[in-house]
Amino acid sequence: MIPLNWYISLSAVVFIVGVAGFLMRRNIIIMFMSIELMMNAVNISLVSFSHYLNDMKGQVMVFFVIAVAAAEAAIGLGIIIALFRNKANIHVDEANEMKG
Amino acid sequence: MDNYLLIPLLPLAAFFINILFGRNLIRDKAHWVSILAVFLSWVVSVMTVAEVLQGRTINRDLYTWISSGTFKVSVGFLIDQLTAVMLVVVTTCSTLIHIYSAGYMHGDKGYYRFFAYLSLFTFSMLMLVMANNFLQLYFGWEAVGLCSYFLIGFWYEKKSASDAGKKAFIVNRFGDFGFGIGVIMIFLSLGTLHYAPVFESVNTLVGKTVTIHLLGLEFDLITFIALLLFCGAVGKSAQIPLHVWLPDAMEGPTPVSALIHAATMVTAGVFMVARCNPIFSLSPITMSTVALVGAVTSLFAATIGLVQNDIKRIVAYSTVSQLGYMFLACGVGAYSAGIFHLYTHAFFKALLFLCAGSVMHAMAGELDLQKMGGLRKHMPVTYATMFIASLSIAGVPGLAGFFSKDEILWLAYSGPSPVGKFVWAIGTIVAFLTAFYSFRLIFLTFHGKFRGTHEQEHHLHESPKVMTVPLMLLCVGAVASGWVGIPHLLGGGAHFTEFMKPVLGHLEGHGTHAEEWLVMAISIIAGLSGIGLAAFVYLREENLAAKITQKFSGIHRVLWNKYYVDELYDLIIVRPTIWVAKNVIVGVTDGRIIEGVVNGVPSLIGRFSSLLRSLQTGMVQQYAAVMAIGAFVVIALVLLW
Amino acid sequence: MAVGIFIYLAAAITTLSVLVITRRNPVHSVITMVLLFFHIAGLYLTLNAEFLAAVQVIVYAGAILVLFLFVILLLNLKEELIERRYVGPWPLGFLAALGLFFMFIFSLKGFRLGPLGPFTDEVIKAHTNTKVLGKFLYMEYLYPFEVVSIVLLVAIVGAIVLAKKRLKS
Repeated sequence: MIPLNWYISLSAVVFIVGVAGFLMRRNIIIMFMSIELMMNAVNISLVSFSHYLNDMKGQVMVFFVIAVAAAEAAIGLGIIIALFRNKANIHVDEANEMKG
Repeated sequence: MDNYLLIPLLPLAAFFINILFGRNLIRDKAHWVSILAVFLSWVVSVMTVAEVLQGRTINRDLYTWISSGTFKVSVGFLIDQLTAVMLVVVTTCSTLIHIYSAGYMHGDKGYYRFFAYLSLFTFSMLMLVMANNFLQLYFGWEAVGLCSYFLIGFWYEKKSASDAGKKAFIVNRFGDFGFGIGVIMIFLSLGTLHYAPVFESVNTLVGKTVTIHLLGLEFDLITFIALLLFCGAVGKSAQIPLHVWLPDAMEGPTPVSALIHAATMVTAGVFMVARCNPIFSLSPITMSTVALVGAVTSLFAATIGLVQNDIKRIVAYSTVSQLGYMFLACGVGAYSAGIFHLYTHAFFKALLFLCAGSVMHAMAGELDLQKMGGLRKHMPVTYATMFIASLSIAGVPGLAGFFSKDEILWLAYSGPSPVGKFVWAIGTIVAFLTAFYSFRLIFLTFHGKFRGTHEQEHHLHESPKVMTVPLMLLCVGAVASGWVGIPHLLGGGAHFTEFMKPVLGHLEGHGTHAEEWLVMAISIIAGLSGIGLAAFVYLREENLAAKITQKFSGIHRVLWNKYYVDELYDLIIVRPTIWVAKNVIVGVTDGRIIEGVVNGVPSLIGRFSSLLRSLQTGMVQQYAAVMAIGAFVVIALVLLW
Repeated sequence: MAVGIFIYLAAAITTLSVLVITRRNPVHSVITMVLLFFHIAGLYLTLNAEFLAAVQVIVYAGAILVLFLFVILLLNLKEELIERRYVGPWPLGFLAALGLFFMFIFSLKGFRLGPLGPFTDEVIKAHTNTKVLGKFLYMEYLYPFEVVSIVLLVAIVGAIVLAKKRLKS
C-alpha cells in the first residue's frame, strides 16, 4: 500500500510547478496552462483522499472541478482572443494599463 | 424691597428691546424705551435708598452661579449705605444724560444703537455696585469696560474713534489683569469670594506671606492682594500709569464722556477701593501707595490740563485729577470723604461735560478753545450752569465741591497716615490749579471776542430744552449735593459721614479747631486765587497768555505733549508688541507651525499614498506573487503557533 | 509492483509538468501537457477511479487542450520564438513558489486522517466505479449537478460573446 503522504507530496509538487509557471512566464497561454496544472494537482489530491478515506465525495468533487475547469478555460481563452485583438501581443507584463 | 431687582433689570430690558428691534421697528423713537426704563430704575433706586436711610440693608444671594468643587459663587445683591450712594449717582446721572442724549444725538444714524449701549452700560454699572461678591463685581467691571469700548468707538467709521476705543479697552486690560489675580488670591487664601465672609475673615491673613518662586521674592499677603486690587482701580479710574486712555476717550459722543468717563465708570475704581476698605486698611504700604498715586496723578493731570485747547480734553484731565483726589482720600483712610467727593464730583463733572457738549452743539462740532469766545451772549443757560459747575469744582464755599474737597484735605492733613501732610500739600496746589484751568476754560469760551469763523457765528444758538433742562437739574445737584456733608466745624451735622459709618468706618482728624479753620482757609484761598489769576490772565490782557507761553516754551511743550507718556508707551509697549505679533505670531506660529501642519499633513498623506500607489503596477503576475507570499506567511504563522 | 508503477508515474508527472512551463513554443507546451494528462489518468487508474480517468482523458486532454491549440492557432505567434520567456522579476515568483512548497511539506507532519467512509475498494469493485459514482452523484449531489450544467451554458455563451468580431454598423 502506497502511503497517502506520497500522493499528497506529488500533488504539492505539481501544484507548486503550476504556481511557478503562473508567476514566471510572459506568455498568457502558458499561464493558463499553469492554472490547469494547479487544478489537476488538486484533482490528484482529491482522488487520493477519496481512495484512502473510502468515500465517494472526493471523486464527485473531481467531477465538478473538471466541469468547471472546462468552462473556465473556454471563457479565459475568449478573453485572450479579445486581448490579442486590442494589443496584438500576448505578453502579460505589457498589459499594465491598470497601473497606478 | 424685593423690587431692587428691577433696578438693574429695567435697563437690561431696554438694551435688548433697542438692540433687537431698534434698527427696523423703533428707529428714532429709541429714546423713549431707554429713558422710561432708566427713569423707572431711578424711582426704584430712590425708594430703595429711602429704606436704607431707615437702616434696612440687604445682602441676599439669589442663586448659585458656579459650584465647582470648593469654588462656590452665587449671584447676589448687597444694598448697604455705600451701594445706596452709588445707586443715586448712577441712576440720576444716567437718567438725565439719557434725556440729554435725545437732543444731542438727534439725527444720528446709530441712534437706537446709542441708547441700547447706554442702557447696557447702566445695567453693567448697577450690577457692579450692587454685587455682593468679587466675581459679580468683576463681571460688572468687565461689562462696563466693554460698554465703554462700544461707546467710545460709537462712530466707528472714524479711525481715531475706533483707535481710542481699542486703546481704552487694552489699557484697561492691563489693570484688569492685576485685578483678576488679586481676586484669585483672595479666593486662594480665604476660600470664598463673597464680601461678608471675606471682610470678616481677612484679618486672619495678617502676617501671612506669599512667595513668588519664580522671582524668589516674598511678599506680605495682604499687601500683595491689596496692591493687585488697586491695579484694577488704576486701570479703570485712569490713574498713573494707566491714565492714557481717558483723554483719547473723548472721541466718543459727549453724553458718553459725561456718563462714563466722569460720573460712573471711572469711579468704579474708587468704589472698589472703598468697598474693600477692610482689606486695604490692613496694609499701610498699600494705603500710602494709593494716596501717593492719587496725589501725583492729580498734580500731573492738572498741569497738563493747564495748556490744552480742546474743551473736552480739559474736562477729561480735570476728571483724572479729581479721581486722584478721591484716591488720595482713600489712601489716607478717609474712605467716606472719598465717596463723598465721588458723589459731588459726579454732578458737577457730568454738568461740565454736558455743557461742553452744548457748546459743541452750538459751534457745530468745533472743539478748539481758540476758535471760541464771547458765547455767553448766545447761550445764557449753558453759561450759567457751566459757571456754577466751575465754581463748585474750584471749591468756592457753599457749593458742593467745597465741602467734599475740604473734608479730604483736612483728613489728609490731620489723619494718621504717614504721607498725609505731603499729599495735603499737593492737594492744595492741585486745588489752585483746578480753579485756574476751570476758569481759563470759562473765560476763553464765554467771555471776550468771538474768534471763530463767520458761519460759526451765525450758527450760534442756545441748545434745545431737552438738553438744557438736564443741565439745570444737574446744576441743582452741583450746588446742593454737598449740603448733606457739612462738617461739624461749620455747624452742620456731617450726615454723610455718619451715614457711611457702618460700611466705611470713621476717620477722626487729630487736630485742633484752629488747625481745621486754617486748613479750610488755605484751601479757600487756593481756590479763589486760582480764579483770580485766571481772570487776570485771560480777561484783561489777551496777550499775556501768549507771552507766558513763549517765555516758558520748553515747559509748555512738555505739558502740551502730555509729558510724552503716550510716545513712551508707544515705544516700549506698542511697537514691540506689534513687532512680536507680526514676526513671531504671524511669522513663526501661524506661518511655520500651523501652516506647516495644515500643509504638511496633506503632503504627508500624498507622499504616503504615492508610496502605496507604487504597489499597483497593473501586472497580474505581481498581484499573484503577492498572494502567494501572503499564503506562505499565513501558513507559516499557523504552523509556527 | 504498485510502488514501482507509482514511482514511474510520479517521476513522469513531475518532469512533464516542469517541461510544460518551460517550453518556448506554446505548441510544444500543449503537446507535453497532453502527455501529462495521460499520466495523471494512469494515476487515477491506480486509485480505482476508472471513470475519472476516462473523463480526464476525454474532457481535459481531448477537449480543453484542443481548445488551447485552436487559440494558439488564432494568435499568430511567430515572434514568441525569439522573445524572452520569463518575466523580469521571475526569481521572486520562483522563490515564492519554493517557499509555499516548503510550507506544504512542513504541514504534512501533523496530518491525521479522518474517519473512514463506507465505499471500500471491494464495494466499488462489486458495482464498478461508474455506477457507484453515478448513483452517488445523482442522488446526493443532484442540485450541484444541475448548477454545473448552467455554468457550462454560461461558459458557452460567454465565450462566443467575448470572442466575436464587432460588426461595423
